[in-house]
Amino acid sequence: MALLELDDVSVHYGRIQAIHDMSIHVEEGEIVSLIGANGAGKTTTMRAVAGLLGLSGGSITFDGDDISRTKAHLRVVRGISLTPEGRGIFPSMTVLENLDMGAYARKDKSSMSADFDRVFDLFPRLKERQKQSGGTMSGGEQQMLAIGRALMAHPKLLLLDEPSMGLAPQFIRQIFRIIKEVNQQGTTVLLVEQNANQALKLANRAYILETGRITREGSGAELAADDAVKAAYLGG
Amino acid sequence: MLHELATASSESWISFNWDSLFSNFLPATRDGITYGGIYALVAVGYTLVYGVLNLINFAHSEVFISGAYAVVFTLTGLGFDGNSPNLGTIPLIGDLLVALLAGAVTSAVVAVLVERIAYRPLRARGAPRLAFLITAIGVSFAIQYLIFLWRGSVAEPSVRMVPVKAIFQIGDTLIFLNQIIIVVAALAMMIAVDQFVRRTRTGRGIRAVAQDPDTATLMGVSTERIIVLTFAIGGLLAGAAGLFYIMQVPSGAIYNGGFVLGIKAFAAAVLGGIGNIRGALLGGFLLGLIGNYGQYLLGDAQWNDVVCFVVLLLVLMVRPEGILGSSLAKVRA
Repeated sequence: MALLELDDVSVHYGRIQAIHDMSIHVEEGEIVSLIGANGAGKTTTMRAVAGLLGLSGGSITFDGDDISRTKAHLRVVRGISLTPEGRGIFPSMTVLENLDMGAYARKDKSSMSADFDRVFDLFPRLKERQKQSGGTMSGGEQQMLAIGRALMAHPKLLLLDEPSMGLAPQFIRQIFRIIKEVNQQGTTVLLVEQNANQALKLANRAYILETGRITREGSGAELAADDAVKAAYLGG
Repeated sequence: MLHELATASSESWISFNWDSLFSNFLPATRDGITYGGIYALVAVGYTLVYGVLNLINFAHSEVFISGAYAVVFTLTGLGFDGNSPNLGTIPLIGDLLVALLAGAVTSAVVAVLVERIAYRPLRARGAPRLAFLITAIGVSFAIQYLIFLWRGSVAEPSVRMVPVKAIFQIGDTLIFLNQIIIVVAALAMMIAVDQFVRRTRTGRGIRAVAQDPDTATLMGVSTERIIVLTFAIGGLLAGAAGLFYIMQVPSGAIYNGGFVLGIKAFAAAVLGGIGNIRGALLGGFLLGLIGNYGQYLLGDAQWNDVVCFVVLLLVLMVRPEGILGSSLAKVRA
């Protein structure tokens, strides 16, 4: 059974339909990428899965339960964490406070110090900057903080919305390496990217999203080798 | 009013009396600090709600006056009247706590009800900012005139619970027991709420919602619960302010008695930097002092409000975000 399953999902903004009858699934342990151009509906999909947007049709199942009507803050408790587009760092909180916010919903605080260690292992830079306020960090550091913060919630499913956006190449490589590492440690990942090259390389499977509809699906390698996909998303 | 206008027009209506200010400097300072504590407590309610919802809750002045009414009714029920009571320390503390509880709980309940009945339905429908503002003003008037219909246009009879007695004196200026209680308790409450917001998990939740409600939700924060909590905390402090107001002005419970004090407290919040709890404290005491000094300098109690708002305008020209800036809220990167 899939960890996450979207079945015929539709999402509207007012009268405008942003997502049309989308059906995708993410198996436990996978990295799945959602590739698409600007405005294709990638962020909308992520926000709908996280519960920030309501569905106008279809259903979302997570871990065997229908969560279509579950409030966003309770989906976190169930094990879905979204690192939003633009990272959503709390600007006037310190790095440490931001990480603490990640664990806000957790009932067991016993392993908190181990979690901090894990995050600081993955991102040594955050350890150096513990007391710095989030708003004063560089884009790359904020992205690290956003991922670290999401991991503090112990998610079963990590949703990453454009983690490479606006980052320098060395940060992009590092972020993708860490996504892989987090996945190997047991977290399932659904990734949205414009950087199709890297995202397809990393993913077990991928979907192509065009104007709110899934148009292709396949393994990462398969899609990366496909001529049409190459032409549209990989710069020929 | 007509009489005052008549006399005002017959001679120079404005003159600076520096002698009056200097000879009354100490009593003006004393009263300014006392009122400052009350303004500060009410200002926190404006600031917290603004920080979290970007809403100026004009009904907060009625949240405050509801607490003052509850205090008066409770004290009357306990047998107090307009005379200075002869009370020992222990019964005094006991009665103070009962009155505090009555005022704080009443105001908190009113604040939460206002949120439920007036603001939540608007939020659920994604109403524009202006709809919230006009609703807030409407709720303020609705509560005022509900009280008017119930209690009439006159103030409730005076009640004094704290014995009228001077504890010490500076120069010729007597410092009264009620004033010491007001200032010490108001400071303690302000520090408590500031530390609560800074240090506790729930306080972090409040700051998270103030900075970025969507991301706060993604952390597992229930924004609805945080919003109710903010109204409740603001209400508790406004109710405490209601008690202190009655201690300072025993006949202060009147249907529109919250209005001017509320506007002043809101001005204090803006002066200090709205959204900022320490700003509310600073703004409260500053406005208390400035108003009282201005009153002696210009010679009439009416000048108190004039001077307060003129100073507010001047400060905002130089520092539009208020003296301390708005730190709880939108320092959005």
